[in-house]
Amino acid sequence: MADYKYTPADFKSDQEVKWCPGCGDHAVLHAVQRAMPEVADALDKPHYMFTFVSGIGCSSRFIYYMKTFGFHTIHGRANAIATGLKVANPDLSVWVCTGDGDSLAIGGNHFIHAIRRNVDLNVILFNNEIYGLTKGQYSPTTKLGKITKTSPYGTIEHPFNPGELVIGAKGTFFARTIDAEVQLTKDVLVAAAKHKGMSIVEALVNCMIFNNKTHADFAGDKATRAEHTVLLRHGEKMVFGAERNRGLVFENMQLKVVTIGEDGYTMDDILTHDAHRKDTTLHMMLAAMKYPDYPVAVGVIRDVEEEFVYDAKVTEQLEEVKAASSIKCVDDLLHSGDTWEE
Amino acid sequence: MEKPNERLRDVVIRFSGDSGDGMQLTGTLFSEISALVGNGISTFPDYPAEIRAPQGTVAGVSGFQVHFGSERITNPGDYCDVLVAMNPAALKANRKWLKRDATVIIDGDTLTEEWLRKAGFETDDPIAELGLEGYNVVAADITTMTKHALENSGLDNKSIVKCKNMFALGICLYIYHRPTDHALHYIDMRFGKKNPAIAEANKIVLGVGYNYAANTHQFANTYTVDPADLEHGTYRSINGNVATAWGFIAASEKSGRPLFCGSYPITPATVILEELAKHKELNVKTVQAEDEIAGICTAIGASYAGNLAVTTTSGPGLSLKSEAMGLAVMAELPLVVVDVQRGGPSTGLPTKTEQSDLLQALYGRNGECPMAVIAASTPSDCFHYAFTAAKIAMEHMTPVILLTDGFIANGSEPWRIPSMKDYPQINPPIIHECEGEFMPYKRNEKMVRGWAFPGTKGLEHRIGGLEKHSLRGTISYDPENHQTMVRARARKVELIADEIPPQTVEGNESGKLLVVGWGGTKGNLQGAVKQVRAEGGDVSLCHFNYINPLPKNVAEIFSRFEKILVCELNEGQFAAYLRQNYPQFSYEQYNKCEGLPFTVAELKQKFNSLL
Repeated sequence: MADYKYTPADFKSDQEVKWCPGCGDHAVLHAVQRAMPEVADALDKPHYMFTFVSGIGCSSRFIYYMKTFGFHTIHGRANAIATGLKVANPDLSVWVCTGDGDSLAIGGNHFIHAIRRNVDLNVILFNNEIYGLTKGQYSPTTKLGKITKTSPYGTIEHPFNPGELVIGAKGTFFARTIDAEVQLTKDVLVAAAKHKGMSIVEALVNCMIFNNKTHADFAGDKATRAEHTVLLRHGEKMVFGAERNRGLVFENMQLKVVTIGEDGYTMDDILTHDAHRKDTTLHMMLAAMKYPDYPVAVGVIRDVEEEFVYDAKVTEQLEEVKAASSIKCVDDLLHSGDTWEE
Repeated sequence: MEKPNERLRDVVIRFSGDSGDGMQLTGTLFSEISALVGNGISTFPDYPAEIRAPQGTVAGVSGFQVHFGSERITNPGDYCDVLVAMNPAALKANRKWLKRDATVIIDGDTLTEEWLRKAGFETDDPIAELGLEGYNVVAADITTMTKHALENSGLDNKSIVKCKNMFALGICLYIYHRPTDHALHYIDMRFGKKNPAIAEANKIVLGVGYNYAANTHQFANTYTVDPADLEHGTYRSINGNVATAWGFIAASEKSGRPLFCGSYPITPATVILEELAKHKELNVKTVQAEDEIAGICTAIGASYAGNLAVTTTSGPGLSLKSEAMGLAVMAELPLVVVDVQRGGPSTGLPTKTEQSDLLQALYGRNGECPMAVIAASTPSDCFHYAFTAAKIAMEHMTPVILLTDGFIANGSEPWRIPSMKDYPQINPPIIHECEGEFMPYKRNEKMVRGWAFPGTKGLEHRIGGLEKHSLRGTISYDPENHQTMVRARARKVELIADEIPPQTVEGNESGKLLVVGWGGTKGNLQGAVKQVRAEGGDVSLCHFNYINPLPKNVAEIFSRFEKILVCELNEGQFAAYLRQNYPQFSYEQYNKCEGLPFTVAELKQKFNSLL
């Protein structure tokens, strides 16, 4: 591991941060800037090898606040542009900052196909369950029935759960964090950076102005989070609660919340998290857990090594063809096949 | 006994049959053989959008026309000397393309009630119904003879019948004195390894067709078309799509920037992506994207990374790419967008040619969004204009639209292979280092900013689609800054005019009638102008490749002619553009939207009406 001795300040641009006071994006920015020195060392990449790409939306302004290369693109297209960037230069560490509208609505197609290809991108998906920059319309993750400016009588659309979408598309890495949990955010970002292939980190962020407290039922404060979220760590038991006396078991083909010491359940019955399992079944169930029936899962839910990483394969194939081909320059190409003299 | 032989200057053959009859292959092989014996050639595949329309119907007819001669051939010809029709539907569909004394070769086995009904004939006499009495119609029982030839081959009936296109090829090779060895070699290359029995069958049928033509009395003569007196050099046959792909590879070599193509399959542009996907050995990376938008967006990402980036499409795809083209204009990144035009609007005529995307290319984006627009004009010059588009894009840090069309993209012609040492070096304004604060939007005297790749130490900066500070690239909503940037982006494109060649005129430097064309109509316009001039008409041709910016000497040329006639395969888009740029002249128009190229005959008639 390298030792660049970077500090968070090395990743802070001189631009004034213009998100609303209290917006959850501030905390994520803070966590990213704290994670970067560790990421740079882990990947052995100096900070000019980092590029942040974003689409459109409040969270997509993120790139202006990072003292790295940055490209603020157009609505929904960040994953496609980042794919081209990474394929063209696989040595770069490419990060995508996007939102629930940007990647799950207008950019949904690029999002699932980047996952399908397993491009080595690190995506931070800021999910505030609302369109903030256009001032308060419902998004693909807005809860059913929610009253917004474009759903004055309540939405009649089922929301996406980003984790289900990612794992359904056979994503190789999915983690979830909460804006206020800066340390957790930092930890999952480092894990995402180390993962070879497409990594998606869903950051549940609060929009004070247009969707205040949308995650508050399970994430409002530390005590609530302890009771209603479960932090998954590979190789550790799935326990939660202030007393750490509740856990998840697998019964009748579904997950069930039990209290250790009650109804005959002991710690041995509690599931141990295996983030590296290729099979998606349990990861899908964990990602799908919803309050109040279940604790909401946070941490690295899925982290699977897959042989096919798109940008690396593109380069590998190119090198193989190059080594085997008799065409070494354009003149060779022009004279290949049938030619004749006049 | 040897048949009497006649020398001809040029000949047009049209091969036609069901979409599954292999007519494109037959035509391509005949063309390649003609090129190899030294003729000038020009080809025109004319096929339906359906892969396999119902057998025997007019809708399913696929055609391939080749024009070959003892001089340079500029167009595939209007009307044919020989029509090969594999069934009555092919005969019916192509009746209108016959010259008055044409020879028609039809598979006599298909002159049955069932085939005639499928083709929509009302009587059992298609010859009378189509008014073909007096034409040399040869009804050869091609299917029967093919079956006889292969009865001991052990192949099933379906495979046997599939060989009948080689029978037709054999006939044509005999009549026009062409050797069979290239075709035999091709058959071995294509089928030999995978299926030697099929290769052998095709070779047998080719020989049977050749011998049939030699023995039957229905072909009284054979014909010789002498080699053309072409410029000395090494030649190959090339179509516009392959030439486009190779032009980009050449620009990649001359700039030292790896080539990236992000595209989505669309007719008739797909072959460019397919061709580029083959050439990884020359550092070409291709991404078959999930949609048109991702095609251009992956290319923009690659351009930002420092690659020569291209995306290829046709009309509807160009519409989908509009927003992203705006981003490339705003970010000032090099990019080439190829639009192989087809009949529109909407899905339109996917396999037919048209020039109706011109105004979309020039103006089809939100905001003040100027882009350079270049049009290629023949199958082989797609190489030169693809190279040039890439050169302009990289040296001027701007997206460029390269317009071709279905006619030149699918058409092929002999091409004298250039040497790469004769092509210029491409010098993109790459920034390697910087002292002090890096200013990503600082411009040189050509108004061009520098190209700073992510991964270059000390050049960390942020860019995007929001309006930017005129030097720093940071977001700026300042009114005066926006005005400055709008004019800077426009000026940058205008200044490209300093580096493009002056417009030329073929014919007289001044005179009565100046024919103006652009893009893929060049071969047909040249053919018509040449013929009218040979007949004594005072007509000249001014054919454009540089659309935006226009060459600087256009007004001066226009002022020397009494009349200006703008010919284009749309309803007058270039004429409208010229009226906007040079309102001091008046413009006549000749327009056509039939999904087909101009015919030399109709152009001549129009020119003569103005003389």
